[in-house]
Amino acid sequence: MLSRTANHLFWMARYIERAENMARILDVTANMAMVPNAALSEAALWQPALEISGNANAFMERFSDYTASNVIHYLAMDPANPSSIYSALHSARENARAVRVAMTSETWENINSLWLEFSQFDGKDLAEEGLREFCDWVKARSHLFRGVSFGTMLRDDAFQFLRLGTFIERADNTARLLDVKYHLLLPKEEEVGGGVDYYEWSAILRSVSAFQAYQKVFNDTIQPWRVAELLVLRKDMPRSLHACFTEITAILENLTTGRHVECRRIAGEINASLQYGRMDHIFQNGLHEFLTEFIECNNQLGAEIQRSFLNIHAA
Amino acid sequence: MNSQVRTYFDEMYSSPTGVRDLYANYANWLRDVPAEQLESKRQEAELLFRRVGITFNVYGENAGTERLIPFDVIPRLLAAKEWDVLSKGAIQRVRALNMFLHDIYHDREIIKAGIVSENILTHSQYRPEMFDVDVPSGIYAHIAGIDIVRTDESQFYVLEDNLRTPSGVSYMLEDRKMMMRLFPELFRRYSIAPVEHYPQVLKNNLRAVAQSGVKDPTVVLLTPGAYNSAYFEHAFLAQQMGVELVEGQDLFVRGNAVYMRTTEGPKKVDVIYRRLDDEYIDPLAFNPDSMLGVPGLFSVYRNGGVTLANAVGTGVADDKSTYIRVPEMIKFYLGEAPILSNVPTYELSKKDDLAYVLDRLPELVVKEVQGSGGYGMLVGPTASKQEIIDFRDRILADPSNYIAQPTLALSTCPTLVEQGIAPRHVDLRPFVLSGETVTLVPGALCRVAMREGSLVVNSSQGGGTKDTWVLQETSPQEVVGIEATLKGEVAVC
Repeated sequence: MLSRTANHLFWMARYIERAENMARILDVTANMAMVPNAALSEAALWQPALEISGNANAFMERFSDYTASNVIHYLAMDPANPSSIYSALHSARENARAVRVAMTSETWENINSLWLEFSQFDGKDLAEEGLREFCDWVKARSHLFRGVSFGTMLRDDAFQFLRLGTFIERADNTARLLDVKYHLLLPKEEEVGGGVDYYEWSAILRSVSAFQAYQKVFNDTIQPWRVAELLVLRKDMPRSLHACFTEITAILENLTTGRHVECRRIAGEINASLQYGRMDHIFQNGLHEFLTEFIECNNQLGAEIQRSFLNIHAA
Repeated sequence: MNSQVRTYFDEMYSSPTGVRDLYANYANWLRDVPAEQLESKRQEAELLFRRVGITFNVYGENAGTERLIPFDVIPRLLAAKEWDVLSKGAIQRVRALNMFLHDIYHDREIIKAGIVSENILTHSQYRPEMFDVDVPSGIYAHIAGIDIVRTDESQFYVLEDNLRTPSGVSYMLEDRKMMMRLFPELFRRYSIAPVEHYPQVLKNNLRAVAQSGVKDPTVVLLTPGAYNSAYFEHAFLAQQMGVELVEGQDLFVRGNAVYMRTTEGPKKVDVIYRRLDDEYIDPLAFNPDSMLGVPGLFSVYRNGGVTLANAVGTGVADDKSTYIRVPEMIKFYLGEAPILSNVPTYELSKKDDLAYVLDRLPELVVKEVQGSGGYGMLVGPTASKQEIIDFRDRILADPSNYIAQPTLALSTCPTLVEQGIAPRHVDLRPFVLSGETVTLVPGALCRVAMREGSLVVNSSQGGGTKDTWVLQETSPQEVVGIEATLKGEVAVC
């Protein structure tokens, strides 16, 4: 297939996944704000949402306060923020439009109507009301996108690149979420416990649709290191790093049949560390260090994929 | 403005009996349909078109502004015998025009015969680079859109020939799909000739014009990109034909061949259905500032390494100064009498014509010789005094850049507008495809001027579209004949 087409499909899927993850972060943050918690100021509550998305500096150039209203506007609706939900969905649709031929018409129409429907939220102050509804809508549209592409597209390279985008983006988002939250919630390991912690950890689980999974898998009260284990090493947890890399390595295997391509090696290396890694080792060396390195390697993988398949200039 | 005074031929109602026979069934049906129901069908269509993304961008508006071309739910009908004349006439024209293009880039017999002036060789759309270049099967205009208008029961005129990158065929196909969805009962009642095979015919033709020796030719559609006003159509046709939709950056030249960049490395391309004008296809050969084309493409093309459809240089045959000569071309190349008439045309490069036209600007339509899309034209009867004065100055500054024609009494067709159903002016653009044979599918883009009294049907000027139904005749005799045969067989058994 055309490299440009593959590139658009890859990014289209990434942007939709990005919008979904941003909606998840906003959703749980708003939920946490409803739990009575004297220790956390409004700013302390909302600033992490910006850090997860790597936006804190850009935000401070435009706004002076971490108010709910400012952060929600910036992350959800601000066209000037390239990683706002608005921008992500707009980019997804523009990428889709550029290669509408490469997907089934159902897939294209789904993305196009997503964008048309977005206008119902135009000009709304989501901090005042409707944030929940908005986040639900974004998540539902993302589910629908995956469903329609999975259910209708030929299992050719176009499909593979689309899935690749989804999982690279998802791995990045899960790692960031865990990193920021773990940092904030666990300044010292001894201080675990208490009602507020419970809500906060369960909120993290809910943000990656893992609350029920946790109960099923561990059948225990929520323990921070187990949350980390679930989101890093559990292969059966669909938003975990390991699950994402199981998909990524399989896809790259398909795309590179017989060819030695650097991106396949990098993916294999990361996957091995997740497949054979042990949580206590990760903690010994520092979860933050592990996640930082993971995000770095995942970025490097993204760049390699770009180089091997998507930007082929000289022939 | 003087639509009150003039009477126009109406496609449905201009008949001594009040309704033309062709429309009898449909008019009955239309009379019984409540107005709200038609309006709700119209809204349903709009919603569907938006969801599918059948939109276009208007030049000069904000980048990314997408508009919907108004779609009218009332179709235009053509009788089989009317279609027969139109299609034969259009095919005849395109055959002659292709021969003209071959001639003008080779032996120039038509200049020697004194039919076309030598001035044509200085024409801005004449491509000296194409001289003596042989294109496969001698076909230049693989896709031609012939604009036809009607003024009464039997009089059709060709308004212009579009031989560069004619657009609109996707509306012919999508309007049909929409009508079948909105009014399935009408399709059961009428025998309407199908048009859905257009992309297949086009693809076969494109494959047929690959250089000889290419076994399984790869066809691509070259688009300027997602911000082009006709992008939807490019995407639509590529999808329907099952070919790659490429942009200039996806192609490159190596040796005497064109390749596309794929995730598995370079892949050779044999036929390019390009929806880019000549000027933009190759920055090395034409406009050096163009980022849309492929450097080196033209030289590969000249050497026969790739086929372009349409060929380079067709513009010389479709502007208004060449248009005037088409009836003579038909006689010259085919030895036939033209089936379709030209609109009487004044050439303002001629002194007498200029004087005549300047005296009668309020009655005439004046067009730029090389203009398109309804830009840069004066429609005398609907223009203000000031507009006429301004246009007069433009003409005088460069008379040879203009032609003038009488304002034709374009036929009207009932159309659903805000005030209800009202007559609006229409034209017709059938698409003639040249490959192994010269054919067209039985249908056309019907454009309709949505504003009352307006004669400008271009989408860039607010025109809309209608589905065009060519009704297949099932004559009573034929039906009887079949029955008789069946009875006979029964008798034999």
